[in-house]
Amino acid sequence: MRSQRGLDAIAAMFARTEAEGRAAFLPFFPVGYPTYEDSLAAIEAMAATGADGFEIGIPFSDPLADGPTIQQASQVALENGTTIQHALDAVRTLRERGIDQPILMFSYLNPIINYGVERFVLAAKAAGADGFIIPDLPPEEAPMFAVCEQENMALVFFLAPTSDHSRVALVAQRATGFIYVLSLTGITGERQSLPSDLQAFIADLRAQTDAPLVLGFGISKPEHARMMNGLVNGFIVGSALVRAAGESRAAVHDLAKSLRDALNT
Amino acid sequence: MTTTDGNLYIDINTANVPDERGYFGEFGGRFVPETLVPALNELEAAYLGAMADPEFQAELANLQSTYVGRETPLTHAKRLSEMLGGAQIYLKREDLAHTGAHKINNALGQALLAKRMGKQRVIAETGAGQHGVASATAAALLGLDCHVYMGSTDIKRQQPNVFRMRLLGSEVIAVESGSKTLKDAINEAIRDWVTNVRDTFYLLGSALGPHPYPRMVRDFQSIIGHEARRQIVAQAGRLPDVCIACVGGGSNAIGLFHAFRDDEQIDLIGVEAGGRGIIGGEHAARFADLDVSRPGVLQGTRSYVMQTSDGNIMNTHSISAGLDYASVGPEHAYLRQMERAHYTYATDSETLSAFQTLSQTEGIIPALESAHAIAEVIKRAPTMPPDSIILVNLSGRGDKDLDTVMEVLNP
Repeated sequence: MRSQRGLDAIAAMFARTEAEGRAAFLPFFPVGYPTYEDSLAAIEAMAATGADGFEIGIPFSDPLADGPTIQQASQVALENGTTIQHALDAVRTLRERGIDQPILMFSYLNPIINYGVERFVLAAKAAGADGFIIPDLPPEEAPMFAVCEQENMALVFFLAPTSDHSRVALVAQRATGFIYVLSLTGITGERQSLPSDLQAFIADLRAQTDAPLVLGFGISKPEHARMMNGLVNGFIVGSALVRAAGESRAAVHDLAKSLRDALNT
Repeated sequence: MTTTDGNLYIDINTANVPDERGYFGEFGGRFVPETLVPALNELEAAYLGAMADPEFQAELANLQSTYVGRETPLTHAKRLSEMLGGAQIYLKREDLAHTGAHKINNALGQALLAKRMGKQRVIAETGAGQHGVASATAAALLGLDCHVYMGSTDIKRQQPNVFRMRLLGSEVIAVESGSKTLKDAINEAIRDWVTNVRDTFYLLGSALGPHPYPRMVRDFQSIIGHEARRQIVAQAGRLPDVCIACVGGGSNAIGLFHAFRDDEQIDLIGVEAGGRGIIGGEHAARFADLDVSRPGVLQGTRSYVMQTSDGNIMNTHSISAGLDYASVGPEHAYLRQMERAHYTYATDSETLSAFQTLSQTEGIIPALESAHAIAEVIKRAPTMPPDSIILVNLSGRGDKDLDTVMEVLNP
């Protein structure tokens, strides 16, 4: 049994990475890709490289915020029968296998509504998850997930380069755990380089909120990861790791290790 | 320009739904990635500003009259009425609007809005191709760059419309993901919009998606019902007893129903795609098959969604690409819940039969979508007295469907 759970576990993670003078590395990985067991093995391998926390994806038929890599992985996971229940089982199994890092469950909204919001939040907590990331849930609809606050579970919301001051204020008020900052306007996927105005964009957000900022979209290489130290509290890598996992278990381990090692100062 | 009674061409201040958050009762809302929220706020403000601006309304009214050919006629289908031996049937002839369907009403309104907002690039999704053609047409007329997403399955079954869009100067982008139909085209259009949100206008074709689309599309289509209401009173001397329209996303139906929503004695009937029948699940009858259809969130709005036990979106089937969609506009879910409108379905084979019947009795070849509404007329009219009136929205013409129908009738 972990000593800290939910929001406390996430806060402790950021406290530790901040003390180490670096950003937290938070890999995204979808359950069921390329198989259920392979996805668990990939997450365990990444945990062994020193990943600080995980975003575990529940595959959905219509992932409209995702680019081709994660779309295809979701399709494969659905075709091999992966369900929301498998995702809950995966979290439980990872905890049993000693994975102690914070785990956030990533899902589009419909599968959660279908499962029942409160029932899902409680099941995820019981399985050992610490929070939720739901890309098509705007902060206006946070009251649907009021149970998260009662259960001390994180409910992450997003900010984008298009977000104006009123959006930043609303998201900062509603988001718990951290704010997921989109590096660019667009969908998930690897990019050769990150936007040139990233520093100014983050500085502008920093001036408006004290919440931990976690950057995502496009981050795929060690040189990107190196830029994260001092810029943001953490960062998410998804498509690049998913693509590597499609090649081999060794490839996903090696990429995760190179991303994590890039943070060592 | 104003209408003859001195009001704005489209009066948007008469409806009590949606609320300021885009909800029709418990349906609707705005469930989108954060990147799009500011764009939707900007769109909503621009839309409300445009509709309050007499100059914008005059420009829309002028194009509707001199370019689209409105108002479209109301035709008393005498031979069909006589053959069925019951109610008098009147057809609202949206098939005679420029580009051959009601879709132009909305496409033109939104394209004018894009121009007003200074957005040169417009994107659209299309199922049957009618909204794509309407968007491509409006873009050509107004000098906008238009890109249309279309599932590759639909591209195969709607070749003439694909050619039309390209001829009109639009790019047609084949969508290979998922079921390769309308739902997947919308996903891909949203992905484009979220990427190019700053300079792109998403010209959404039905009364669905995130707020303010369901409301805006309804308002632009409400001209159908407003005209039909005046016309039926002029021709028949009174209001109809029943209004019937097919429902995919539901824009032609809501466009007809809106003008009659407060006349509670009038039955409003929406006809969904029954496909190969409800048993077996090969259909798009979101309100008929409650084993697989329940409230959920798809593509920005909360409504009835056909889904698996795990909440994944089901593939649907209809002989008509325009009705082949797993969800339905949120206002229809609301009208059904309020019991203000009722929903039924027509199967592929009933639709094909209605397609031929209307062609042979009235000399009008309907779109396969609209033929679903005719199929319901054929079932219902004989049960009604001869002095009763059915008003049916003939939402489009059937030229685009000839290949599909020939394949079935002359295999």
